[in-house]
Amino acid sequence: MNAIPKNLKYSKSHEWIRQDEDVITVGITDHAQCMLGELVYVELPEPESSLELGQECAVVESVKAAADVYCPISGEVVEINEAILENPQLVNDDPYGKGWLFRIRPFENDFKQLLNAEQYTKQVASEAH
Amino acid sequence: MGKKTPLYDSHLKASAKMVDFAGWDMPIHYGSQLQEHHEVRQNAGVFDVSHMTIVDLHGTDTKKFLRYLVANNVDRLTDGKALYTCMLNENGGIIDDLIVYKMSDDFFRLIVNSGTHDKDLAWLNKQIKKFNVKLTERTDLAMLAIQGPKVKEKIPTLFTAETAKIQELKPFHAIETENYFLARTGYTGEDGFEIIIPAKKAAEWWQKILDAGIKPCGLGARDTLRLEAGLNLYGSDMTEEVTPLESNLTWTVAFEPKDRDFIGRTALEKQLQDGVKQKLVGLVLEAQGVLRNHQKVIVDGVGFGEITSGSFSPTLSKGIALARVPTATGAHCFVEMRGKKVPALVIKPPFVRQGKANFNNQKQTSSIT
Repeated sequence: MNAIPKNLKYSKSHEWIRQDEDVITVGITDHAQCMLGELVYVELPEPESSLELGQECAVVESVKAAADVYCPISGEVVEINEAILENPQLVNDDPYGKGWLFRIRPFENDFKQLLNAEQYTKQVASEAH
Repeated sequence: MGKKTPLYDSHLKASAKMVDFAGWDMPIHYGSQLQEHHEVRQNAGVFDVSHMTIVDLHGTDTKKFLRYLVANNVDRLTDGKALYTCMLNENGGIIDDLIVYKMSDDFFRLIVNSGTHDKDLAWLNKQIKKFNVKLTERTDLAMLAIQGPKVKEKIPTLFTAETAKIQELKPFHAIETENYFLARTGYTGEDGFEIIIPAKKAAEWWQKILDAGIKPCGLGARDTLRLEAGLNLYGSDMTEEVTPLESNLTWTVAFEPKDRDFIGRTALEKQLQDGVKQKLVGLVLEAQGVLRNHQKVIVDGVGFGEITSGSFSPTLSKGIALARVPTATGAHCFVEMRGKKVPALVIKPPFVRQGKANFNNQKQTSSIT
């Protein structure tokens, strides 16, 4: 069973979102990294670029598969995780910690379409069938 | 549920992640595909390849039959030697690639792919009719591949009585004892052995091999290892739509002697006469990223090609691929990735030899064949 921390929000496309004051951190969930397998390549958005909700903004690739990461909230990229560019497997080893992808300053505080842990757990379970 | 090899329970015990492969439940990895890859390049690993099809041919016409059936010439074989070859249709298209072991004039063993099992056996049974040969599929056997530079050190532990004999076994040679059939062959680019044993003894052998310090490796690592070694995969790099001459396998076609009639010969000779239009080459991505099957290859001023096997090389930490491109392709090309043209180096495989990059010295050449 993959970890789904209670304190985070989630998107239907398997990103997690953590809100710290005026900046949010985005990563991919434990379930997502597990489905992909060991990552060998990560592409991240340009720092200072503006992202729209739902925009393809990063790519995570394992030996066998590539997956797009969709921006879970519109905003400006304020920081990217350089460490995972060097060592993509940090995303596998610590998806909610050292394996975060990027941080954005949201244009508006609109988190309505995000899921809570309970809703995301249900979604993962429904996809398994 | 798919078909299971005799080692299915052993794989579960070793924490394998099982996937469907050509109708078989097979281990894709036992935790980390990348670690398994490195283990084989640096030490030793064992693969369950019991899903592959083992066919024994007995009878006075066996050699004559194989002279006709396959594109390489079994006359090249002495007893106990192996031959890599393609089996072609009348158009020269590749029905499958296989290894032929000659054990004696009237006993040959073939190892063909599992994904092509049904059509291979149908083809063999069709072609065999005119010959006095008995075909037996050996579903009673299991096959393991033990691969890596340190495998040699493990021989005394694994094969006590026959140690000396096995240590002397040359590449592409096989021996048979009452307990096993063992060949110095593989699909990883490393030294090693493939061992064929009774299915009933498979779990026992597997445990003995693990106890000797050889790590279990899955089909995931097997694929990146074979790609780094520049070895074609049937169904991806070769199909019935292409000939060996378009698949970097011209060396496996024996046109001499001229009077040997084999299936597909006429078509291949015509193709040679008309000029071979495409070739299979290696690509090394010159940017970061992973190459993928079916990506478009762009050769400026020449034309287009397609990636047939794309992946990521764990040894080189680069995107690598086999690709079918126009014959006139030189040392550089582009791959279309997410709408962008990304530069790649065109090389003659293998990508990795003895654990290191094998293409740096090719950079100066303007064209490869």
